[in-house]
Amino acid sequence: MHIVKRDQMAWYKSWLIRAAAIVAALIVCALVTVLLTHKDPIKVYATMFSGAFGTPRRIWNLLQNIAMLLCVSLAVTPAFKMKFWNIGAEGQVLVGGLATAACMILFGGKIPNALLILVLVVASILAGAIWAVIPALFKAKWNTNETLFTLMMNYVGIQLVSYFSMYWEAQKGSGQIGIINQSTRAGWLPRIGEYEYLLNILIVAVITVLMYIYLKYSKHGYEISVVGESQNTARYIGVNVKKVIIRTMILSGAVCGIAGFLLVSGTNHTINTTTADGRGFTAIMVSWLAKFNPLFMVLTSFLLVFLQKGANEIATVFGLNKSFSDILTGIILFFIIGCEFFINYRIVFRHSHKEVK
Amino acid sequence: MKKVIAVLLAVAMLLALAACTGGKKEPANTDEQTTAAPEANDLADLKVGFIFLHDENSTYDLNFINAAKAAAAELGLSDEQIILKTNVPEGQECQDTAEDLVDAGCSIIFADSFGHEDFMIESAKAHPDVQYCHATGTKAHTEGHANYHNAFAAIYEGRYLAGIAAGMKLNEMIEAGQFTAEEAKIGYVGAYTYAEVMSGYTSFFLGARSVCPTATMEVTFTGSWYDETAEKEAANKLIADNCKLISQHADSMGAPTACELAGVPDVSYNGSTVDQCPNTFIVSSRIDWTPYFVYAIKAAVAGEAIDTDWTGTIATGSVVLTDINEKAAAAGTAEAIAEAKAKLEAGELHVYDITTFTKDGAQLDSYLADVDTDADFTPDTEVIKDGYFHESEMRSAPYFDIEIDGITLLDRNYG
Repeated sequence: MHIVKRDQMAWYKSWLIRAAAIVAALIVCALVTVLLTHKDPIKVYATMFSGAFGTPRRIWNLLQNIAMLLCVSLAVTPAFKMKFWNIGAEGQVLVGGLATAACMILFGGKIPNALLILVLVVASILAGAIWAVIPALFKAKWNTNETLFTLMMNYVGIQLVSYFSMYWEAQKGSGQIGIINQSTRAGWLPRIGEYEYLLNILIVAVITVLMYIYLKYSKHGYEISVVGESQNTARYIGVNVKKVIIRTMILSGAVCGIAGFLLVSGTNHTINTTTADGRGFTAIMVSWLAKFNPLFMVLTSFLLVFLQKGANEIATVFGLNKSFSDILTGIILFFIIGCEFFINYRIVFRHSHKEVK
Repeated sequence: MKKVIAVLLAVAMLLALAACTGGKKEPANTDEQTTAAPEANDLADLKVGFIFLHDENSTYDLNFINAAKAAAAELGLSDEQIILKTNVPEGQECQDTAEDLVDAGCSIIFADSFGHEDFMIESAKAHPDVQYCHATGTKAHTEGHANYHNAFAAIYEGRYLAGIAAGMKLNEMIEAGQFTAEEAKIGYVGAYTYAEVMSGYTSFFLGARSVCPTATMEVTFTGSWYDETAEKEAANKLIADNCKLISQHADSMGAPTACELAGVPDVSYNGSTVDQCPNTFIVSSRIDWTPYFVYAIKAAVAGEAIDTDWTGTIATGSVVLTDINEKAAAAGTAEAIAEAKAKLEAGELHVYDITTFTKDGAQLDSYLADVDTDADFTPDTEVIKDGYFHESEMRSAPYFDIEIDGITLLDRNYG
């Protein structure tokens, strides 16, 4: 038995394999559910759907969560496409959020709200970009390992947020900032009509389209692809690799900064170390699963958020621990990621005797 | 071909988005319906929502979850009538979860973590017909929303009683010649240098010193309410520093487990850890939230006002001790606790009697505490009257934050 790389597979075949993988995953999940918990698996799946789509509010929350995860995923994509392993999105989002929170606290009520929101956007973009460009500069100048560097920048970011939670804490020793400008709502992203999260969702939709165009049709996007494929080729055709690395990381950090802004000004109106909620890492999976295509990312982030929301509902309705829903999510992701192997490779069984045709 | 699929999918998602934004009236309508609905006057139609920061793996949340189930059993509510939401973080998701509970028809919602407070208030403002009860919070008496309430318990009295068990154990070990009276040092693992924790370890210490006068105490903070590794390490550090007995105010099994491994007696919190620590667990104080849940739910159903700031006491059954582990506790512990408990209930004994502690070598006759949660967070209320510090009387959440003599803080962690 050996493994052979496939030629490009027909699109419908590859989607057939993906669909089969999801069906297989659901069957395995159902078996696990029955064997471990003795619950009806159909009911469990129905509960997952109701957790994600059960009420208009749940659909809004689902869309909001997709938007936030998608935003961070879009941010990491240009860097990953360039094969620059930016696993520092968590920290970049937090620092962007921290800059937003800081400006809300310091300038809230002192300058007009429209101006304040502009200041928030600029501050969060700058903060995210600075956090991302530091490892990029080190990479470009001294060829440091960006994986470790960006990872460690996360911890610095988390500690900074921790420090400022204490600095601005609402009550001595509590370590909680609480809702910022709760009475004046200064620096809160305005809501459109009744819909709290609509503006967040629209902003991310616009970023998605822009990022698609940027990667697909712009000269910058082309340079990113070439650097990702081979730095030597890029040099040969006259691309300034260092410049591309630095420029792309600034973009990556800036979009993370916007995600931080949306999470603080548009969603939580406070900041703590869990504000980014692991999205910086989940985003990597979203981006990879979608093969760095921003439009596919809508689908993959939907899948991950749906699984998470559904899983939480299972925990509530069936009194199962959250760990059980993590198991289900794990099984489903295993199958989805695993099926890519069968799309790219095929297994050939070599028999000891010659086959007669 | 792939491009075509990508474009198609994108269009589909955008349409889905448009469809959701297009159905404008739906969410608004449901809002009105659900805010109008929860005026149930009957227990049978009642739905109660609970929001927990973690799940049953945290001793703190487990104590709440058990109380929620006990209250439901006491009131005869079915499983469908109580909705438990676990692992709800202290952010917008708390408000979203509260709103989701309103959608599900809950007419009263409880939350268990300090950081949930602001988000509960936001949801309370939007749904004046739903009752919001937040444990451990401080803002209800200053925010002034009729449907938003805080609750806590005078747990310092329970800590004091548990401290007596600790002092008895120290005395027993001194008599057995394990160490001298001067070496009777207690170790305490705290979460944050926060009034709730400070009030807890000080009352525990005063309880221990009331029976073992030479006792001293060292406190270390982990900077987290739930960090099993940090709590275990903190307990090991205190044991290595010659602490003869450990107690804790943090929510994991870290400290009790470390004590069991080292064979050092432990006075626990939030519930009994005797199953995991049969040789070292002495007793545990905890808040039993059942009486509050029952009280608040009954009041909500009857349409009566719920106290803005409810303080549970020994008398209401909110401050309780678990069974004493006879294997680890000193002889006569139960009797000594019962005696002190009777005196506390009779008002003959006060935990923070100013003659029993000093600050910088002098007795305190006056102290301003930060009771009113306003924008300034400054001390505003005189709390020493009639010879003792009035804890949990001006407000349900603790505000005792004096660093008294005899207790050494090895570090500080303000969050």
